[in-house]
Amino acid sequence: MNLSAVLTPLPVLIPTLAAAVTLFAGRTPRLQRSIAVAALSAVVAVCAVLVYLADRDGTIALHVGGWGQSVPGMGPLGITLVVDRLSSLMLLVSAIVLLAVVFYAIGQGIRDGDERQPVSIFLPTYLVLSAGVCTAFLAGDLFNLFVGFEVLLSASFVLLTIGASTDRVRAGIAYVMVSMVSSLIFLIGLAMIYAATGTLNMAELSVRLEDIPSGTRGAMFAVLMVAFGIKAAVFPLSTWLPDSYPTAPAPVTAVFAGLLTKVGVYAIIRAHSLLFPGGALDNVLMVAALVTMLVGIFGAIAQSDIKRLLSFTLVSHIGYMVFGIALGSELGMSGAIYYVAHHIVVQTTLFLVVGLIERQAGASTLQRLGGLAAASPLLALVFFIPALNLGGIPPFSGFIGKVALLEAGTQDASVLAWILVGGSVVTSLLTLYVMARVWTKAFWRARADAPEGNLADVSPSSLIDDSEVDIDHADRDDVGRMPVGMLVPTAALIAVGLALTVFAGPIFAFSERAAAEVVDRGQYVSAVLTP
Amino acid sequence: MSATVVDVVPLILIGGLTTAGVYLLLERNLTRMLLGLLLVGNAVNILILTVGGPSGNPPIRGRTTNGETATADPLAQGMILTAIVISMGIAAFVLALTYRSYRLSRAEEIANDPEDTRVSELSDKSAGAIDEDLVTHDPQRDTDAPDELDALPGHEGSR
Repeated sequence: MNLSAVLTPLPVLIPTLAAAVTLFAGRTPRLQRSIAVAALSAVVAVCAVLVYLADRDGTIALHVGGWGQSVPGMGPLGITLVVDRLSSLMLLVSAIVLLAVVFYAIGQGIRDGDERQPVSIFLPTYLVLSAGVCTAFLAGDLFNLFVGFEVLLSASFVLLTIGASTDRVRAGIAYVMVSMVSSLIFLIGLAMIYAATGTLNMAELSVRLEDIPSGTRGAMFAVLMVAFGIKAAVFPLSTWLPDSYPTAPAPVTAVFAGLLTKVGVYAIIRAHSLLFPGGALDNVLMVAALVTMLVGIFGAIAQSDIKRLLSFTLVSHIGYMVFGIALGSELGMSGAIYYVAHHIVVQTTLFLVVGLIERQAGASTLQRLGGLAAASPLLALVFFIPALNLGGIPPFSGFIGKVALLEAGTQDASVLAWILVGGSVVTSLLTLYVMARVWTKAFWRARADAPEGNLADVSPSSLIDDSEVDIDHADRDDVGRMPVGMLVPTAALIAVGLALTVFAGPIFAFSERAAAEVVDRGQYVSAVLTP
Repeated sequence: MSATVVDVVPLILIGGLTTAGVYLLLERNLTRMLLGLLLVGNAVNILILTVGGPSGNPPIRGRTTNGETATADPLAQGMILTAIVISMGIAAFVLALTYRSYRLSRAEEIANDPEDTRVSELSDKSAGAIDEDLVTHDPQRDTDAPDELDALPGHEGSR
């Protein structure tokens, strides 16, 4: 029994068990919180060791319950969990983000006095979400990936509609319906692949799919891409996202924005490089990436609510990752992998900052915000760094990721790749414009200059209570106070974002090794199929 | 010959269920959307059952059924069971949401996103004037007004 075999299932097991325990501990919030924090910290530690092991030993495959190969030449019988460099990196970044956000949510909950409110389901659901995310990253067969998606989706339904106010119910219904349709399309894809090959194990599929006629392969690939495209919010399948995310409480939106779409991107990477290499749909993906970037960022320009604005930039930047994947080269893939890690951290941070802005100013729409730089220089700093990072200003990680993608695009040198290089640069500039717009409006101008600057929400959208009543800004009693419990996790995530910049050399080298492993496939297949 | 009929019937069933399901999903009424979701879900379940191969002996060692030579595929049925459990849970959740939506708004139709509507109305206004820039003139906030005016009623504290 070696170490990796013990550690591999833990990112799924720990949150699942902790979810069960916290559910029973619902009446003692302190115990519940400590269990959740301890569990997610343990997951971070386990994932860090897995990154090290995957980098040192190569791909780790675990046949759960010992149901490995029974007949030589056939795939494993049971569920396989696979950790390679890509999935271990995704696991580690997600675990860090999940831990930071749980601290933030606890800080917000304590601030809002949730001991008096029935939010005891928040932490268990959050832990189930964590387990679902980890399952999806660890899945070695498509059906397990489907189950991982379903687990995280079910948890996200509950988190998105927590408190069940009018707005959240409306947004939640649209979100549930879209997600379920994408899951059904995924299931149709699974049925097609199972009919054609008789297996759903990804390693075995990558071998067996080579014998399938290219037309059939293309059809199966396209069905999977539609399913994953909805989850990853690739245009034209992205319109659900800006409608549903902004209504949720700040920590929920943050973790959704950071992780859920990236699970979709991860699935696209796996399908594109492991199952269907050869780039059958690369041109389609390239065009989709370009349109996603541009439509997303133009949408962001039109918004005045910061949460919606950030949701649109989220959609827009998914385009960068799809661009890197569609290039199909190792450099493109490593750029995409680095960009995913960067974007998970920076997008989550920005949504957490919006939560702080709501605390500080009692509003999250640009129509009401102003004067924040003077009112709270600390908040200005906390917004400024991730905003520049998202806009791709050197030396931040957003710049490094974009440079890698542009380099990969110029190396590819096809006409379409050049158009995408142009599109990426334009999108990057427009992202900077959007961030500058938020900066000038919310931070620089006087609050009196905002059209509705005299108004404030009666309470910032808290975990459970989401009242829509407006009051006079002057009448709010808690304006200007940022709970330390919310500020510290945000600052910690900013530090993680900066670490992606400071240690860009080793991290990018790691993502290059991960990309080489992903593009090569041989290691993955042999790790799973050799008993 | 009869084998082909047996093969085609489930496919027609799948097509019919999917069609009806998609039609219902496109409604705004929540109950119909849920029914549509369930219909498509069942269609996909039958699809998985169909692609799992023909019926046969139960997949247990030593158990046979009269006249069967092949063994049925247990994996397809396992996957369907998982999918059924998931869709049952989601259906319960959607029903709860529907009830909540009905309690809140006395309607079980899904409404438009108000912020979306507001932003799309912006495009009707003159270009360039995004409305967080549009300040209606308020003498109390006019910092460019001469200080002498401060004494006048309505101009207090213009600085």
